[in-house]
Amino acid sequence: MFDQLTQSLQKTFKNLRGQGKLSEENVKDALREVRMALLEADVHFQVVKDFVAKVREQVMGEDVLNSVSPGQQFIKRVHDEMEALLGEKKVDFDRSTHPMAIVMLGLHGVGKTTTTGKLSRRFKEEGKKVLAVGCDIRRPAAVEQLRVLAEQAGVDMLGPNPGETVQALGVRAKNHAVLHGYDVVIYDTGGRLQIDDELVREVADLTSMTGAKNKVLVIDAAMGQESVSVAETFNERCGLTGLILTKLDGDARGGAALSVRSVTGCPILMIGTGEKQEDLQPFYPDRMANRILGMGDVISLVEKAQTMVDEDEMARMEKRMFSGKMDLEDFLKQLQQMKKLGSMTQIMDMMPGMPNVSAEQKAKAAEQGQTQSKRFEAIILSMTPRERQRPQLINSKRRQRIAAGSGTRVKDVNDLLKQFKQTQKMTKKLKAFKGGMGGKAARHMARSMR
Amino acid sequence: MVSWVQALKKTRNVFASAIQGVISDGAEIDELTLEQLEVALIRADLPPRLVAELISDLEENQLHGTQPPKEVLRDGLRARLVMQETDPFDFGVKPACILLLGVNGAGKTTTCAKLAHRAADMDRKVLLGAADTFRAAGTEQLRLWGERLNAPVVSGRQGSDASAVAFDAMDAAHARGMDLLFIDTAGRMHTKSHLMEELRKMVRAIQKRDPEAPHGTWMILDASLGQNSLNQAKIFHDAVPLTGLVITKLDGSSKAGFLFNVHQQLPGIPVLFTGLGEQAEDLVRFDADAFVEGLLSLGSGTGDD
Repeated sequence: MFDQLTQSLQKTFKNLRGQGKLSEENVKDALREVRMALLEADVHFQVVKDFVAKVREQVMGEDVLNSVSPGQQFIKRVHDEMEALLGEKKVDFDRSTHPMAIVMLGLHGVGKTTTTGKLSRRFKEEGKKVLAVGCDIRRPAAVEQLRVLAEQAGVDMLGPNPGETVQALGVRAKNHAVLHGYDVVIYDTGGRLQIDDELVREVADLTSMTGAKNKVLVIDAAMGQESVSVAETFNERCGLTGLILTKLDGDARGGAALSVRSVTGCPILMIGTGEKQEDLQPFYPDRMANRILGMGDVISLVEKAQTMVDEDEMARMEKRMFSGKMDLEDFLKQLQQMKKLGSMTQIMDMMPGMPNVSAEQKAKAAEQGQTQSKRFEAIILSMTPRERQRPQLINSKRRQRIAAGSGTRVKDVNDLLKQFKQTQKMTKKLKAFKGGMGGKAARHMARSMR
Repeated sequence: MVSWVQALKKTRNVFASAIQGVISDGAEIDELTLEQLEVALIRADLPPRLVAELISDLEENQLHGTQPPKEVLRDGLRARLVMQETDPFDFGVKPACILLLGVNGAGKTTTCAKLAHRAADMDRKVLLGAADTFRAAGTEQLRLWGERLNAPVVSGRQGSDASAVAFDAMDAAHARGMDLLFIDTAGRMHTKSHLMEELRKMVRAIQKRDPEAPHGTWMILDASLGQNSLNQAKIFHDAVPLTGLVITKLDGSSKAGFLFNVHQQLPGIPVLFTGLGEQAEDLVRFDADAFVEGLLSLGSGTGDD
């Protein structure tokens, strides 16, 4: 998507260089592209309209005379403006009351119960005594689901008695929490349509009766244009204080984040990025802006690489590389570390730019890369330990055996050995380099090469 | 059986789309109405590029055409939603196995229960397979539905192998002489390749019992989704070729205009059912005419009285 937006913006601005200042005429086409991109990212039409007007005002009269790439400059302005609109990062919950109370609100299937489990675990890790309250009395087994999640998180859970109303349960839970010295109470409510007056009244009652200071709307990152009317209704009726965006592990661009944030003015507190309890992360406006605009999320990629790749293993391997002892065993480990980062397409999607590469080409390249590393893995696994340590042993007969064992062709085995040799050559060069300029600098280089 | 219009009666005001106020029969449209129309279509989550097309069709018609603008719009939408009418429960084999797929929170389990209710109403013998062994209490939810509906459920424990549950369910469906087996699978993000692989594994497990199975692979799509729905459907279709779609939660204010995109990019996959509420009977056959009328709010049952 960014590819598309960048491409069209670059085209639009191509003839602009050296023209002096941006005029209304100049930016008209560019803004049309931005508008389309935002609509395709599911940003609410009114929010798009206001946003585009604001950007127009800002960039007008901007100096482009010496700018090498007005397109990039323009998109940076768009990006910065969006980041500003998305608000502050790392806003905390309102902790002014004790126990602090959080009510989770939202439509069906957005992930309220799962998020309640994640939040419980998070507060528990802070050393708080947490009570999770299952107020979803309609969906079959919803209370049971929360019970299991609370158990996983290691926190206590309170469910409804037979025939108990949501309001009555709320009051009982509140008293229970005060009496037993809980620090945090989280009320998980059932999903409801914003247009269902009766059910919205029920949660409005719950929020007022429990005196909860935190009224959090949970929003699916893939939601369409109606995100705004949902947020407006819940805000009017319950007075929202914060938002949690879920399912960001999908590939939705997440325009709903911008829409709901600008309509309610509530901060985005956290984001959900997976099914496991630890998959709840702080919100970073700059990354979200990148995502909505479809720009690569380089920071996330780096962070992912850091958490997924075993640091010790890397250090050990680095040492072996520099001692010139790298063998096929190390090469195999490298391949496996790469795999941990996720599919090649995922990695490529996180990388910025590549304006001339279409999505299909990208997918194709990623697939080829993936097939090759899979094949290489199979080949090395078909070798004896001795062969892995001393690749020079591998003669043509052994090559035939390895190819047969791994279900590949001799040509593939040759390819692998060739690539391994090249890597070895490079590390030797690095080693020489290291000798010349001292360990630290060389290590730094090696690291940046990774 | 409840009809679409009846089902929507309780929420009819919601469907009072902005479009209705903008154009009346035979009226001329000017620049301003065109803009209002564009907004109304975008609010219904129609793909922005399709909206641009429709608007330019309207402009074209304004200059050279003779049709009233409302009809141009209706025809334009209807022509982009052409699907064959078939009996979704008729597979010509017994038991027929249908896999229900989708991302987290789409409404698979509820839909599974609704389908069982509907099929039982049509005198089919139905078995449910609770293969959502990942979500906490995921199988419990379907088991409770089974109790309510008096439908047998084959389920596994949380954390057990979903493929094994699917295989067992197939076995049981054969042994008990069932007509239909609906297998509820765990919600999965289409971007997680290992979960999509798990789905393929489940299909292979089912095929060990019957090489022709699954006879249906239906994807459940939440009506409140935006344009990401297309990616979801495409990637699921790549993993396990889809044979049908079910749109859930259409009783809310979202209008699921994204469907035009999905239908255009994945032609030949019919939309079979629509979920219109939380109760077992709130599931109706998808009706393209009613869907388009709902978008335009021109239907007789959606705002007359």
